[in-house]
Amino acid sequence: MTERLKILLLLAPALLVIGGLFGGGLLLGLIESFGYMPLLGQTELNLEAYRAIFASQSFWSGLGLSLYISTVSTVIAGGLAIAAALVLRRAFKGRGIIRFLFQINLTVPHLVGAAGILYLFSQSGLFARLAHALGLIGGPSDFPALVFDPLAIGIILQYVWKEVPFIALILLANMQAIGRDYESVARCLGAGPVQVFRHVLLPLILPALFAGSMIIFAFTFGAYEIPALLGETYPAPLPVLAYRAFTDVDLARRPEALAMAMIIAGLATLILAGYAKLFYQRGGING
Amino acid sequence: MTARLPIPLRLFLALLICWLMAPLIPLAVWSGSRSWYFPDILPSAYSGRAWSYVFSSVSGVPEGLWQSAFIALSATLLSLLIGLPAGRALGLYKFKGKALFELLILAPLIVPGIAAALGLHMVFLKLGLTGTMAGVVIVHLIPALPYMTLVMASVFAGYNPAAEQQARSLGAGSFQVFRYVTLPAILPGLLTGALFTFLVSWSQYILTLLIGGGRIVTLPLLLFNFASAGRNDITGAISMIYILPGAVLLLIAGRYLTGRNSAADSLRQI
Repeated sequence: MTERLKILLLLAPALLVIGGLFGGGLLLGLIESFGYMPLLGQTELNLEAYRAIFASQSFWSGLGLSLYISTVSTVIAGGLAIAAALVLRRAFKGRGIIRFLFQINLTVPHLVGAAGILYLFSQSGLFARLAHALGLIGGPSDFPALVFDPLAIGIILQYVWKEVPFIALILLANMQAIGRDYESVARCLGAGPVQVFRHVLLPLILPALFAGSMIIFAFTFGAYEIPALLGETYPAPLPVLAYRAFTDVDLARRPEALAMAMIIAGLATLILAGYAKLFYQRGGING
Repeated sequence: MTARLPIPLRLFLALLICWLMAPLIPLAVWSGSRSWYFPDILPSAYSGRAWSYVFSSVSGVPEGLWQSAFIALSATLLSLLIGLPAGRALGLYKFKGKALFELLILAPLIVPGIAAALGLHMVFLKLGLTGTMAGVVIVHLIPALPYMTLVMASVFAGYNPAAEQQARSLGAGSFQVFRYVTLPAILPGLLTGALFTFLVSWSQYILTLLIGGGRIVTLPLLLFNFASAGRNDITGAISMIYILPGAVLLLIAGRYLTGRNSAADSLRQI
């Protein structure tokens, strides 16, 4: 058996399954977003669904909300993660236990975090009770609305909670691989700590920071259950709107659901292109 | 030489760790509370009511637990069978079109699963797969299989196949070579990958909701339902059960979570 054939045989099952389910799913979704619904006797392709969603106010506010949530979550999580990684890379007493505690929420499913955020930040939640005990508020309604709120603070808090350790651990590994030599040289040449960070370390960790940020931006942009649990009914982010349109009693709204899903996938594909570029620069899977 | 951190940094770390643990605290307390009304900081009465409800069959939790476990185990096993050979090809060989194949594996880790699942729904409906365990297992392969393939690729990237050649020249058949040479070498990585893949499937919500069509009700679906119905005590109890596999995984394989390889990047699926 030639090596080429052997490689092909090893890859074929994965190729078929991922290509079929993921690629096939996206392709079918695209066709359905053009109005193809043989179950309803519709086999002609058109752009009605896109026209309908582009004309609707709820789509644009949903798109804006999705972009806002993903951008703010990613920026805050990225910033906190850099700070955390800078502290955690230092040698200090008790670092082992701190690092262990730091990764504790990595394996906690998103929904559990969302329920926890709800019981912490709702108007009758733990923080409202603490505020009452401190005499800051008179009753639940005096506590600011941090969940089901127009600024989506609860959703952002949940994403930041979940993503900080994720990015920080990527950065930490990256910093360890880079070592401290470049920074020592810069310091010997007279650079202060801020200059060393700004001009030496930051440019070196930037690719890893971007890679991690792109993953969470795309994830938060396409996530359904967190905004469904912690968000306002209106405006709702794109995945929630897509799910609602998909499960609408009016079957004619299904192409609209698929059109929104395709817009989510389209933006994620752009992010994928950027991620893949960084991935291959690192040397691909063997890198 | 290890020194103490300066006080501001210690404070920062302490706050950060508290923040990471904070959401779990009200969940744990709620699961054992009987009445906990505003403005009480602690429940005014405790009971095991939520726990006995959760373990009774009327709650649907035992059924959900079983379904979650069965789906995650099946998806992991299938991912292993399909992902192991693919990981071997990616880790050991250079070939034409490799970059393209890698892209196909990375894509489902970035592009949200909801898009592909919505598209698949119509075909699954036609094939009678919606509302079935089989359908949910299959759709869980979308995040699980690429993940397992990536992990196996990085395992094989650090594996030397020369010993296989030696075993073969000593007369071992292909199965024997795999059983006595390859498997022992890749086993630690394989088990870690399997544990993480289990967790990837265990954490899925929207894929199960879409393809399960309300008939397959796994733990996260129950959790969502009780949380949005305002049953805080039951939500707390389900959460405690739901985080158990992750906690076990953290204790067993915490050191693999360091984000050192590309496979760890895809932990975002959990």
